[in-house]
Amino acid sequence: MLTQYAFVLIMVGVALSVPILAILANYFLSPHKPDPVKTDVYESGMKTVGDAWVQFRAQYYLIGLVFVLFDVEALFLFPIAVAYDKLAFFATMETILFILMLLAGLIYAWRKDALEWQ
Amino acid sequence: MQTVPYWGDVVTGWLTGLGLPEGWALFIAYVVGAGILITYAMLSALLLIWITRKVVSRIQDRIGPNRVGPYGLVQTVADALKLLSKEQISPAYADPAAYNLAPILSVAGTLMVLAVIPFAPGLIGVDLNVGALYIVALGSIGIMAALMAGWGSHNKYALLAGFRVVAQLLSYEIPMVLSILTVVFLTGTMRMQAIAEFQALRIFGFNLGLGWLGILMPASMLIFFISSLAEAELTPFDLLEAESELIAGFHIEYSGMKFAMFFLAQFVNSWILGAILATLFLGGWQGPLVDQIPILGLVYFMAKAYGIYLVQQWIRGTFPRVRIDQLMYFAWKVLVPGMVILLMYQAIVQKLPVALGIQYLLVFLGNIALIGVVGVVLKRYFEQEKIRTKRSFSPRTLVGTMQPAPEGAD
Amino acid sequence: MPIEIPIPTVTQVIFLVMALFTAACGLMVVISRNLFHSALFLVGALFGVAAIFVLLEAEFLAVGQVLVYIGAIATLIVFAIMLTRGMMRGRTSPMNHVSGRGALGALVFFVALLAFLKKVPWPEQAQAIPVDESLIAGLGDKFVTTYVVAFEAVGLLLMVALIGAVMLARDR
Repeated sequence: MLTQYAFVLIMVGVALSVPILAILANYFLSPHKPDPVKTDVYESGMKTVGDAWVQFRAQYYLIGLVFVLFDVEALFLFPIAVAYDKLAFFATMETILFILMLLAGLIYAWRKDALEWQ
Repeated sequence: MQTVPYWGDVVTGWLTGLGLPEGWALFIAYVVGAGILITYAMLSALLLIWITRKVVSRIQDRIGPNRVGPYGLVQTVADALKLLSKEQISPAYADPAAYNLAPILSVAGTLMVLAVIPFAPGLIGVDLNVGALYIVALGSIGIMAALMAGWGSHNKYALLAGFRVVAQLLSYEIPMVLSILTVVFLTGTMRMQAIAEFQALRIFGFNLGLGWLGILMPASMLIFFISSLAEAELTPFDLLEAESELIAGFHIEYSGMKFAMFFLAQFVNSWILGAILATLFLGGWQGPLVDQIPILGLVYFMAKAYGIYLVQQWIRGTFPRVRIDQLMYFAWKVLVPGMVILLMYQAIVQKLPVALGIQYLLVFLGNIALIGVVGVVLKRYFEQEKIRTKRSFSPRTLVGTMQPAPEGAD
Repeated sequence: MPIEIPIPTVTQVIFLVMALFTAACGLMVVISRNLFHSALFLVGALFGVAAIFVLLEAEFLAVGQVLVYIGAIATLIVFAIMLTRGMMRGRTSPMNHVSGRGALGALVFFVALLAFLKKVPWPEQAQAIPVDESLIAGLGDKFVTTYVVAFEAVGLLLMVALIGAVMLARDR
């Protein structure tokens, strides 16, 4: 099994080196003439106001959190899916219960308009 | 049926036959394999960009690139050379580490998915036991790259776009994972090669290769396709890029090769998602006579993957763009509940004490029902939307100012 | 008498590199002055842990680590950073009035871990691990038989977390 992941490791190396080489080649082939206008923040020609790193809304955090929960659920379901043929019918009930609990959470979020994008 | 040996074993065996020690043989074989895979991805990116330009321009009644090379085939190479000579402008207040790492990670995360895509029998980078999950997991590198690019550029547009694209990717990853999960429930394996092998259809021992899961589970396939459009930031979900009306999304401050890397990652990613769709739902390399002539599998696979890419470009050329609230509505209130219910239904059906054929029929009927329900929901949504937009834009103020020109007046 | 240095295997070298990488990233999470950089180093550390899981032949855990921790939790942490106002500018001091006590606590924990490591009777010989998917299938089987209570508790926990998050975010 580790030989399989040796291939993945080599893929990581090659996949990282390709963009690095391309960007380096670009770096050595291209001119370097920075000036204050060129390196300024690009906002379609307007002078930028204030800092770019502004505070964000809680909406993104909420979406992220709902995603985490569904992600964890899917991760738990994958091994069950692989073993599903050999499992007893009792296992189906447990799996359904597991999914239903998260569905209940989703319905709650829906009723509270948390999934609404304003 | 003859089993086709795994390419890594063949090459390693040949190299050890030449007298190399086993470890080195493995290393050389794998480096060459990885190199071929990634070189293929790079070359195909040139082709993919050309296909996009040609198809979209034909849809828009233009000719498209036709000057450089036959049918403008070399146009992308010329563009790549131009980008190679462009100055790399680093914004003055950017965060150098995040700004420079983002394009590299974006490309690397995309290219690494190629490792588990089965091109033909025996021709898969590596057949991991967790192949399907590996694909999903690598999507998170793209998410990190978007966040780093958005934050590192020190630009409000980039930051906003980066956050929105991450919200989009997160929202559509759930229906995508769930539709992969329905496939794993049915096949009982996460190995991509095994999923492709599962889709053979044997009649009297002869492999027709037409037992495609997409026929059995059309709703899962459609939802995977829609989510893959959103994951690849393609039309109708390309509202962050919106190249006809906005400046580019989170890569607004990038120039030269760094910009090209994001561009490349996007095109290769949409092809790879199409290839995954082909493997999961359209049989991958399965097709008639594939048992007798294994190399035919490569032809079938490429035809399917590029066919799906063409469909993506067709949609790109014809569909209007959705709004961000519609995007979120569709993901969280239509696709996710629909997929969760379909998953539960399938879990029950697969444990019913009936013949396998009847189980498959029930799964198929459930999928059709889901498509119907989604269709009804969307129809109602768009009817409400029509009423709303009519209210907000009242054309009464224009009456009297926009009369049709009288007959004969020039 | 010459000291014999055993030649490390490739696996050992990779382990050493990954372990050092993880530890270095973990250290940088704490001492980086920029909160966003801390989050990025955390991602690096999580990747290192995933690589170590692979070396332990726990591929499902490794992929799950990348999927949940890097794809979801790290993104969530970055979103949380963006919610704070002053932190975005970076230049936060990594030190505050409890840092001394925190360091002491970490040291005590480290010593306790070391003592624990000494106590565990580690097997001398590694067991052969099946190369097919039976390990993952076995995990799925255990979820719904031996550890079914824990499994359902996880489901409940996820639901409670979702409801709690919605309540907090809406009643702001």
